[in-house]
Amino acid sequence: MNQTGELSGQERSHWLVRARGVTKSFGEGDTKIPVLKGVDLDVASGEVLFLVGPSGSGKTTLLSVIAGILESDDGDVRVLGESIQELSASAKTNFRRDHLGFIFQQYNLLPTLTAVENAAVPLFIQGVPKVEAKARAEDILKTMGMGERLMALPPKLSGGEQQRVAIARALVAEPQLLLCDEPTASLDGETGHRIVEQLCGVGKHPDRAVIIVTHDSRIFEFGDRVVHMEDGRVGQIRQGQGDFI
Amino acid sequence: MNFVALKMLFGDRAKYLMLLAGLTFSTMLIVQQGSIFWGLMTWSQSGITNINAPVWVTDPNINQVEEIKPLADTAVNVVRSVPGVEWAVPLYKGVQRARLRDGNYEQIALVGIDSSTLIGRPHTIIEGRIEDLRAPDTVAIDQLAVQRLGGPDRMHLGTTFEVNDHLVKVAAIVQAQKSFQNFPFVYTTYERALGITPQVRRKLSYVLASPVEGVSPEELARRIHEHTGLGAFTEEQFGWKTVQWILKNTGIGVNFGTTVLLGFVVGMAIAGQTFYLFTIENLRQFGALKAIGASTGMLARMILLQSFTVGLIGYGLGIGLATLFGLTTARGGRLPFVETWPLLVGVGVALLMICSLSSAISIRKLAKLEPAVVFRG
Repeated sequence: MNQTGELSGQERSHWLVRARGVTKSFGEGDTKIPVLKGVDLDVASGEVLFLVGPSGSGKTTLLSVIAGILESDDGDVRVLGESIQELSASAKTNFRRDHLGFIFQQYNLLPTLTAVENAAVPLFIQGVPKVEAKARAEDILKTMGMGERLMALPPKLSGGEQQRVAIARALVAEPQLLLCDEPTASLDGETGHRIVEQLCGVGKHPDRAVIIVTHDSRIFEFGDRVVHMEDGRVGQIRQGQGDFI
Repeated sequence: MNFVALKMLFGDRAKYLMLLAGLTFSTMLIVQQGSIFWGLMTWSQSGITNINAPVWVTDPNINQVEEIKPLADTAVNVVRSVPGVEWAVPLYKGVQRARLRDGNYEQIALVGIDSSTLIGRPHTIIEGRIEDLRAPDTVAIDQLAVQRLGGPDRMHLGTTFEVNDHLVKVAAIVQAQKSFQNFPFVYTTYERALGITPQVRRKLSYVLASPVEGVSPEELARRIHEHTGLGAFTEEQFGWKTVQWILKNTGIGVNFGTTVLLGFVVGMAIAGQTFYLFTIENLRQFGALKAIGASTGMLARMILLQSFTVGLIGYGLGIGLATLFGLTTARGGRLPFVETWPLLVGVGVALLMICSLSSAISIRKLAKLEPAVVFRG
């Protein structure tokens, strides 16, 4: 691996994400602010990667570009072999539906759906019959210790429970790439640890990968790599428990 | 996702009820006002529909059925001479004064029908025999006349009262559609009506005619007009002419139209605003759905389903409430209230527009929504 976050040699054959020279700016003319300034990044299958850095360093923007939610200004982003920027808007939507899972800092659960219905939403979107979708969501929630809270509405759930429902929602359609934005930011330390352990368990699957944007240094130990971003560029990288290079 | 859309709608109880209330009120207002309006228009044509004649021959410059411009007595025979006429009979129509036993006076609409054929008689006879009008000094009165001229205890078969100082006896009680002026109807023979009413040069109000087999009423009306120079209309044409005159000259159309428009605008405002609020408050959730893989088209279908579902429920409730109003307040013809299927279809279309426009505002917002909103803390 080199200092720009690229994988090399044998690692390269397993990559799920490959970003090269990605740039992204917001605003126009004098108010134009470059947020990503030529980012290169690889994520291999079976890898749990933490994307860290100060606020405004471009972590979330990079995550959005990888997800096809934001359009990069320049560069190439390939996810599961697909060049994201070359897909049409509807193809991007379908790509996200079929291959990506998301966990958001604010959970964004639908307040009028029960826990199991919230977890089943990606399957509803895919057109899976309601009974089957709910059964699959129920199975996942049970493995997360939410078997007693299946019918609870989000406002009645604690922060940790809501995040577990959000994780179940992200995993229910068995996505190959899981994108997480500050998944522990609203949780206490113990709950945060438990949640990250569960996420990392998913990432260890040989056909999957997890990218976690976080400020929470207490959870770095769970990742395979920690990529530090600064001022729109990939800076230091730490492999496993080692030091940043 | 239909199931998700409906749970989102019904789960937000406060907004759902506000939406429902707005659409129900809107539907009820439009149906109620539309039914009263059409009831008034029905009443305005009662002078025609109560008579039940295929063709009406009138003064050429007549505007509406209550604006009586008498014809020359010879008009009946002139009309009979037109090819295609099977029969033609005279009709007297005018407002007269009835004097009750207690000395009170009441205005009545006196209708004189042909004594030999009794053409122009009301459809429904409640009591007595209409043929008894051929007996001396007899009249038939409608239910409104029973009420206005003393009530059922004092006004029944055999009761006598005066019309223009002529004593008449009730021989039959009939059912007639109320008139726009709300005068009770009193029927008698044409000849007796001429005798009762004050002397003037012309008394023939209308000539009623019917075509022979093979000639349509429209064709006969055209022929009568060409041959005699008189006005000639089918029952339907004369009815519409009357309605048009009322709409043009009374302001009723503008008044009712304004209220109906108000119902539409109120419904639109409440539904539009509530839907928009609903969308704004769920923007992050919609953004999450977009990020997860829901297309804008799918979200638009969800919004439309929510909108049309609450619209359909509001439509049913609104029509139910308006009908209840009609059944209670307008019972017995006290108020003009005619709920017709074209009105209900029209209100359905209006509601469809309200729902579509309200949804469009939200869909526009969702179409522009960047799913990246969900990554902002």
